[in-house]
Amino acid sequence: MIISRFLRRGISTASTCATRRSWWDHVTPAPKDPIIAVTEAFLADPFPYKINLGVGAYRDDEGKPVVLQCVREAEGKIAASNFLESTSTAVSSKFVEESAKLIYGQDSNVIKERRFAGIPALSGTGACRLFAEFQKRFYPESRIYLPDPTWSNHRNIWRDVHVPDRTFRYYHPDSKSLNFVALMDDIKNAQMVLSSLLHPCAHNPTGVDPTNEQWREISSLFKAKNHFPFFDVAYQGFASGDVERDARAIRIFLEDGHSIGCAQSFAKNMGLYGHRVGCLSVLCNDKIQAMAIKGQLQQISNTMYGSPPIHGISLASKILSDPDIKAIWLKEVKVMATRIHRMRAILREALERLGSPLNWQHITNQVGMFCFSGLNRAEVYLLAKEFHIYMTPDGRISMAGVTTKNVDYLANSIHEVTTCDQDAKILHNTDAYRINTDIRFTSLGASKSRARGMNLSL
Amino acid sequence: MASSVLSLASAGPSASLSSNGIEKGKLNLGNCFKKEKTNLFLKTKSVGRISMVVASDVSRFEGITMAPPDPILGVSEAFKADNHELKLNLGVGAYRTEELQPYVLDVVKKADKLLLEKGENREYLPIEGLAAFNKVTAELLFGADNPVIKQQRVATVQGLSGTGSLRLAAALIERYFPGAKVLISSPTWGNHKNIFNDARVPWSEYRYYDPKTVGLDFEGMIADIKEAPEGSFILLHGCAHNPTGIDPTPEQWETIADVIQEKNHIPFFDIAYQGFASGSLDTDAASVRMFVARGMEVIAAQSYSKNLGLYAERIGAINVVCSSSDDAARVKSQLKRIARPMYSNPPVHGARIVASVVGDAALFKEWNAEMEMMAGRIMNVRQKLFDSLSSKDKSGKDWSFVLRQIGMFSFTGLNKAQCDNMTNKWHVYMTKDGRISLAGLSLAKCEYLADAIIDSYHNVS
Repeated sequence: MIISRFLRRGISTASTCATRRSWWDHVTPAPKDPIIAVTEAFLADPFPYKINLGVGAYRDDEGKPVVLQCVREAEGKIAASNFLESTSTAVSSKFVEESAKLIYGQDSNVIKERRFAGIPALSGTGACRLFAEFQKRFYPESRIYLPDPTWSNHRNIWRDVHVPDRTFRYYHPDSKSLNFVALMDDIKNAQMVLSSLLHPCAHNPTGVDPTNEQWREISSLFKAKNHFPFFDVAYQGFASGDVERDARAIRIFLEDGHSIGCAQSFAKNMGLYGHRVGCLSVLCNDKIQAMAIKGQLQQISNTMYGSPPIHGISLASKILSDPDIKAIWLKEVKVMATRIHRMRAILREALERLGSPLNWQHITNQVGMFCFSGLNRAEVYLLAKEFHIYMTPDGRISMAGVTTKNVDYLANSIHEVTTCDQDAKILHNTDAYRINTDIRFTSLGASKSRARGMNLSL
Repeated sequence: MASSVLSLASAGPSASLSSNGIEKGKLNLGNCFKKEKTNLFLKTKSVGRISMVVASDVSRFEGITMAPPDPILGVSEAFKADNHELKLNLGVGAYRTEELQPYVLDVVKKADKLLLEKGENREYLPIEGLAAFNKVTAELLFGADNPVIKQQRVATVQGLSGTGSLRLAAALIERYFPGAKVLISSPTWGNHKNIFNDARVPWSEYRYYDPKTVGLDFEGMIADIKEAPEGSFILLHGCAHNPTGIDPTPEQWETIADVIQEKNHIPFFDIAYQGFASGSLDTDAASVRMFVARGMEVIAAQSYSKNLGLYAERIGAINVVCSSSDDAARVKSQLKRIARPMYSNPPVHGARIVASVVGDAALFKEWNAEMEMMAGRIMNVRQKLFDSLSSKDKSGKDWSFVLRQIGMFSFTGLNKAQCDNMTNKWHVYMTKDGRISLAGLSLAKCEYLADAIIDSYHNVS
């Protein structure tokens, strides 16, 4: 195949340069990223009351992006000298230490004994990618175990490093809650798995988190099976409003003596989205091993981008290490989480007030930025087409996009597409909900269950 | 600690390991094509087809060794540890002032301040990066009036400095030209081969540096490019070759382009020093523009680490000049697809600074002036070094290569033993390949350096 491709080129260049075929003829257009495709569709829509419930970026009650006060304060204190490569190492080290303290606990032994290998990473994506590369390099026969469903980019990450993935059951579509029994079962039976990826709080996309008791059981099972727990911590502070509380799962695992890995993102909880601020840490036996692993991680990042940009790292480091600024940050995280809790409550009340026959308890039971609404693809499509409300095809709603001003319109629209009158329309309009070819659905095994007609309560 | 043994459904014969479970020797990170068969974290006892899990206190990470130290950073560390008053650090390629201090460009300070005042949001950039940045970066490289830009034939994606941009291109090559080789110069920047290794792109070298002349082995270069399998990617330094400082002449560039066209190769430029070589942004882009003017499809990676001093903000771009706008659109979409599972979207800060500086006429003018100043300082230092060498060395050796070489680096022609002498006797820190960074040299220290070089060259073999 390769030879013929080259021959084609060779033959075509025998003629003039002007008619030579392009090198890139065989490059097909890439499918659009499903989450980003939602935002693009939203932006292209001229409807004045459109709502974007796609990307998980926080919005205030005016629907506007927010630059946190703590970020502005930190920025004022950072000198332009941060551009100098000579100060970068010191800033990076400080940042990593502060990040580790945030997730493992200020007084954790892990920190005291310097038993962790940590490097700054390009937000959560970058941290996961570094770990995936590390896994491929040192455990080439292993697999990654992902919850079903999970953030769509997780599969892309491990796929691009050629580590095969398997899924364990997680979400119970009928009850819209955790399928705990199945989860435990799947972990028990896992093969060739090095690492299982866990969302310690505010699971994306479902918002369904294990309870503390369930975390303890999961931790014990992991220990018995010798699974390596890898936590993707994208929402510390966003779930409950309290950063310590949101780290509970990790602390439970630490208490059990696990060595874990953590991908931390400061995109949401510090609003540093575009600065790409994150941290990858891997817990080790001792300081020496930590240094060895850190060196290897650095080598991996050296061939991908060198090191992450210093601006965002400086901001996060400042916010975490300056007590006054940190206090502001913690308050702001609470404000953001509280607004989301409130929107959940209001949306649910609104739907119930409309007399919806469906059970909407999951809206307030689920945690974090996202609500797995249970809306099916046809309903999602209709919401976009008829009501100019955009969300990912799996029915995931970013609650951050809900405001006091649009929540009634949202509730009404959801009610419209989910009431029985619509069913007839949907059934007849098979073409209407044929998937837009630009959008790929990557939700793993997302159920098409019509459980909504079953009025199940949790 | 949890016991750390994984039980596999079927353990191969390699499962039995020696008691310390570590493969002898370091993991060879340079050869990612070799599959590491040894399960470093695994300890099993095989009894026929059944493997029993053996509990141990050995961590799953036991087999992971220290990575080899980075040779360039190692130089800086050794320098820091040296207390000699005359010590000189000619290792890392970061610009220093005459006082040998790091330098933040005035335009960058201004742009940074403007950004602070604007107080823009920090939302995610699109995967391809900041549109304003992508526009100015392509215009800067190809010229704003270049037909390829007007015809929208360039796929430009913001990358994390030169490294990140090269990596995106490498991943594109691996995916769409599987088996195709990249040819890199001998020598070249140390990280090039690492990038291609980790991207699983095979590479080989073309002759470049001629130690006999301390110049370009042009015949060797052409011969090696000719000999490469058709459709290879030829990695070229747009200007200010790193590490030698030796650039082809304009005539030589034309011949290189001829051969590349003849052999159906793809030119792949790494432009890390636009503006830094001659002091002129346009002049330094001449080689790339010449290839593009011939109608060739070209890949070009850019970095703003040196010319805007934005090392730590990681800002650069990958450009793919295609035959049609449709090609460019498709290529861009695939670059985005590669970037998404690497880091989702690129960082915003550096992009805004560059867009600000390059997009604003007044700031752009100022930048040009600062660049001329930085490049000028290096040229002055070269002159002084040459003068010092010529006047102090009575042997008649021709030191003019110092003047012919261009950019931040010079290949002195010193061998390893001579370099060791430079460091051990004279406390001059440089990389063992004989490379010195002129950015780290002041006029005041030229005479001292000349003494060191003359001594090492003549008295050490």
